[in-house]
Amino acid sequence: MALTHRSTNLLKPLSAAVPFTSSLRRLFSTDDATAITVETSVPFTGHKCDPPPRTIDTTPKELMTFFRDMATMRRMEIAADSLYKAKLIRGFCHLYDGQEAVAVGMEAAITKKDCIITAYRDHCIFLGRGGTLVEAFTELMGRRDGCSRGKGGSMHFYKKESGFYGGHGIVGAQVPLGIGLAFAQKYSKEEHVAFALYGDGAANQGQLFEALNMAALWDLPAILVCENNHYGMGTAEWRAAKSPAYYKRGDYVPGLKVDGMDAFAVKQACKFAKEHALKNGPIILEMDTYRYHGHSMSDPGSTYRTRDEISGVRQERDPLERIRKLILSHDIATEKELKDIEKEIRKEVDEAIAQAKESPMPDPSELFTNVYVKGFGVQSFGADRKEVRAILP
Amino acid sequence: MAVVFQGIGATAALTSATSVDSKKLYILSRRLVSETKSTFMVVRSDGRLNSGSNRRAQKLITNAVATKADSSPATKPGHELLLFEALREGLEEEMERDARVCVMGEDVGHYGGSYKVTKDLANKYGDLRVLDTPIAENSFTGMAIGAAMTGLRPIVEGMNMGFLLLAFNQISNNCGMLHYTSGGQFTIPVVIRGPGGVGRQLGAEHSQRLESYFQSIPGIQMVACSTPYNAKGLMKAAIRSENPVILFEHVLLYNLKERIPDEEYILNLEEAEMVRPGEHITILTYSRMRYHVMQAAKTLVNKGYDPEVIDIRSLKPFDLHTIGNSVKKTHRVLIVEECMRTGGIGASLTAAINEYFHDYLDAPVVCLSSQDVPTPYAGTLEEWTVVQPTQIVTAVEQLCR
Repeated sequence: MALTHRSTNLLKPLSAAVPFTSSLRRLFSTDDATAITVETSVPFTGHKCDPPPRTIDTTPKELMTFFRDMATMRRMEIAADSLYKAKLIRGFCHLYDGQEAVAVGMEAAITKKDCIITAYRDHCIFLGRGGTLVEAFTELMGRRDGCSRGKGGSMHFYKKESGFYGGHGIVGAQVPLGIGLAFAQKYSKEEHVAFALYGDGAANQGQLFEALNMAALWDLPAILVCENNHYGMGTAEWRAAKSPAYYKRGDYVPGLKVDGMDAFAVKQACKFAKEHALKNGPIILEMDTYRYHGHSMSDPGSTYRTRDEISGVRQERDPLERIRKLILSHDIATEKELKDIEKEIRKEVDEAIAQAKESPMPDPSELFTNVYVKGFGVQSFGADRKEVRAILP
Repeated sequence: MAVVFQGIGATAALTSATSVDSKKLYILSRRLVSETKSTFMVVRSDGRLNSGSNRRAQKLITNAVATKADSSPATKPGHELLLFEALREGLEEEMERDARVCVMGEDVGHYGGSYKVTKDLANKYGDLRVLDTPIAENSFTGMAIGAAMTGLRPIVEGMNMGFLLLAFNQISNNCGMLHYTSGGQFTIPVVIRGPGGVGRQLGAEHSQRLESYFQSIPGIQMVACSTPYNAKGLMKAAIRSENPVILFEHVLLYNLKERIPDEEYILNLEEAEMVRPGEHITILTYSRMRYHVMQAAKTLVNKGYDPEVIDIRSLKPFDLHTIGNSVKKTHRVLIVEECMRTGGIGASLTAAINEYFHDYLDAPVVCLSSQDVPTPYAGTLEEWTVVQPTQIVTAVEQLCR
């Protein structure tokens, strides 16, 4: 609502100047015109490849988009936390706050025709791929209007039309699926790539190496992204992996280590990876990131790491704060405006939750829908089948 | 282009006991036959349909036949081939028809397949379409499923069904459940096939019957082929189906020879095959045990029994319609299977029959299965692991007392 108010202000002639308007003009007039150069927090480290440069060009619009998207993701996850505690979300709920830069940076580097597949920490990637807040919350609450009709839950968000392939509960099983997506892209000769995301815990799965071997063998345009938040549920990475340098684990497959809390570093790395994958086959990206919440809502997150560590990362490396500082230092918006945007997002999220709460539970008949596809046209109604019909396509 | 063909001898085969059902079927088949434009009639691959005296000719045959051929019925001799060649024919026809169909598995490409089912296909279609995978069942099955999510139609060949245990997670969670958990967004039109069953002294790990493990996975269909005719038909149907289908072949049946029609035909995935109509007892079987049952049937006929033999073909879901009609006629059921006793297909089928047709049974359902032991190497022991024709004869005699 505040936004429409602002735009009407813009339409007013300059003579009707209000101090508020001049700052608005600054906000929106520098949209795409100026290019801003930012530097990533740390340089990239490459394994069997030349890392891309640290400096990236961006625009104020992109910065604002990053801010808005990440703030929405952050707000959604925190709201999901409260909903879980209010017992509106049940089962497992794995929250992504702290890792938003990976989702946002990746989206900025690719198109909707490229595929993304991830594990169970999928709420924000779903949002990044074009999912709406309402779809997400209704699915989390198990209602009929959810993105998977209420039948998937937190770990099974999918959006086929924007190339988001989920949403998988079993650790590591999504990586061979991701290789399959890349195989299909190569088979159909499309110039697109598939990103298969997994965590530092899944990096020790055998099927990953099997999949990597096949991807490298056939030069599939697959990019394996390890979202290394340093804890596989309750086990720290140094206790689970002999070699925690996940970007090197591909051996013959090149790798890149990226600061996953810096959205621009992620964007640069994904762009680089996409170009590489289309030419040379698979590449591994290791995103050095961190999650503030525990593994899931049933994990307090503080038994295996200290609160000082969590707050330390929040203070020094928070992805949202980094973008906020960039925006403020380049005078793209004032602090108040950013706060207003955050308030607006909070309201959006609250409205989405309210709308989601009104959505009804799935009909009991939904229990039996979508188990099979009636593609072949044969219908069988159990023992009392009245008709036998076979329709060939 | 709908085609269902119920067989010209349909009405004659069923007795008055089931007259209501048969009339319904007859009317249905007549109406459907008149609705379609072309004639198509390949009822039985041996072409012995028209001999009225032969009882087998009057059996109920349900085949779905595709299109064309306005030629005179049943005079086309067809061509003779072995079961693995029939599978290959079906596979090749489907690959020709749809560019999205591809095969992946160990040694399917350059080697031609360990049972020659994919011989020469790599030369014809290229290495990407007939893909030689490394020995990584879990991931290449996962890869096939991922490819299927985008619209490809891969066929995964397990060199031996037992190796697919390594891919169980992918088959169960991703293959079976993705259509449901995504709310219908993704279909997984994948076919997983391979030889299983007890062979000739292959050892315990290479003689597994996985249909018992896979049967509870929601969202998949399972079929088992037993003759070249149904192998080709089921292969084509499985490839065209939008659901994930597991096609169980048997190691010992690959060299069976039969005459199959020249015309294109597809079989119904969910239908059972009436092998031999009868009056006294219903024998339900599938895959290799069909042949043991037919061997026992010869002995039984000499002894004066009249068994009705049904090859259930569809292991998930069961064709309870055909089975039910048979039970209502004979009132006695014997299940002969190669699965283990515990938790096998026979166990589920027994439960289903007892649940739906309890009132029609004159005797308890008897299920003859393999022993609950790992298959031994020694030939004599291996013989006694599976059901032998003599055991079938004894069981029928006891049931029909």
